[in-house]
Amino acid sequence: MSVPKNKIKIEGLTGDAAIAYALKQADLDVLAAYPITPQTIIVEDYQKFAANGEVDAAVIPVESEHSAMSACVGASAVGARVATASASAGLALMWEILYCAASMRMPIVFTVANRALSAPINIHNDHSDGMGMRDSGFIQLYCQSSQEAYDTTLMAFKIAEHHDVLLPVMVGIDGFIVSHNVERVEMLPDDAVKKFVGVRVPVQPLDPDNPITMGPLALTDYYFEFKEQQDEAMQNVPRIYKEVEAEFEKLTGRKYGMFETYKTEDADIIIIAMSSMGGTAKVVADVLREKGEKVGVIRLKMFRPFPTKEIAKAVGKAKAVAVFEKAMSFGAATNPLALEVKTALYEAESRPMIVNFVVGLGGRDVTPMTFVEGFEKTKDYLKKGQAPLYETLGVRK
Amino acid sequence: MSEKYNEIPMAGNIIEPGNSEKYKTGGWRAEKPIHNDDTCLWIKNGTCGRCWIYCPDNAVILTEKDGKYAYAYNYDYCKGCGICANECPTDSIHMETE
Repeated sequence: MSVPKNKIKIEGLTGDAAIAYALKQADLDVLAAYPITPQTIIVEDYQKFAANGEVDAAVIPVESEHSAMSACVGASAVGARVATASASAGLALMWEILYCAASMRMPIVFTVANRALSAPINIHNDHSDGMGMRDSGFIQLYCQSSQEAYDTTLMAFKIAEHHDVLLPVMVGIDGFIVSHNVERVEMLPDDAVKKFVGVRVPVQPLDPDNPITMGPLALTDYYFEFKEQQDEAMQNVPRIYKEVEAEFEKLTGRKYGMFETYKTEDADIIIIAMSSMGGTAKVVADVLREKGEKVGVIRLKMFRPFPTKEIAKAVGKAKAVAVFEKAMSFGAATNPLALEVKTALYEAESRPMIVNFVVGLGGRDVTPMTFVEGFEKTKDYLKKGQAPLYETLGVRK
Repeated sequence: MSEKYNEIPMAGNIIEPGNSEKYKTGGWRAEKPIHNDDTCLWIKNGTCGRCWIYCPDNAVILTEKDGKYAYAYNYDYCKGCGICANECPTDSIHMETE
């Protein structure tokens, strides 16, 4: 059933443009958004498609991101297929409605070019925005490349709209690093995408002929039960994700999994990183392997729901896990990704040492040498048998 | 209220229109309105009706049968806000602690 090679369009696209193209093909009904760097190209491109009559969707230019997500919730409530895009401060302004979107069970696809939060104002990449929204009830998928961004955006609709899920999905790419760099992207023909994503079948839409009320008050007597429903939906995600990805793989030959493992099987030290850092880490692993170091990489794609058991299994018998992450949870025991990894490994038979490096805040370049430095430190800590809860790397101190 | 999480509609959706009637908000009341027929303009000649207009819960019941006017409250929904007592031009309504 795979699409023949001559039907596949290959172009050099930025991550943003790849997402915009996926949105174009995904047969949206509504896109409501407010521009913000480095997501801008997604909506700009989509607006062009709309202006050229290449898409049927209603594009709603709103007055703020709070309104963007609100408009998306409204449109999704009537049964529309809906997407939006944002980053950083824009995402932060959506905050209240992110929770509404998730708890009202609106399958909105929210593409984000991950960017640092103010202050000081900074337009470059880190994961502060995504990590800030991690408890909002969104599914979170972080992509490493433009191709993956295209693929994941398409899959996101099928995951979100599945009746066992009905949750919004954040599709994240690293601001500028992926959002603005041109990479080779293979695009499916329109009809193949249309067949793959299908038409959304809403479960309980707003309909004047069958009036219902959405998002009403629920206090001490019912609120908790609705959270239980939401939790159950989130627990269903890995199963549906696998189904959707298997179908996508048949079509394209591509799959990513909830995370990617690279040379981890016999590794003593496993690097865990997300998004574009995964690529750098794999190159570093190759070089270190040439020097005889047993090092592997896990590039995590699905942060929510967190693949707890699977990560514990993938880490296997490694002696240490070095978590590199682009976010800081000020005052926490350690930082968001390391917190999850530590929790996942608490029940593991042989608990590896976990080392946490906060890197790349505000777009500070995370070079191969940053990984080498972290790797050397991890080796040191293993020798000493002790590591700090976390530390920053690549900062002048 | 004994339903489990999987026995209630998704996300708190209310799928039965108008079922707010089942929620008797009268229980919120701390003071209840007491009406004096003797000075009430509705009872006297079927005019005024300010309490009925202003009541936010439609809890004032004004009726007329064969030229005879009657006055009542629906205490199932009256929250005791006191707007009726405040609006009454003849001070025919006063609030009493329950």
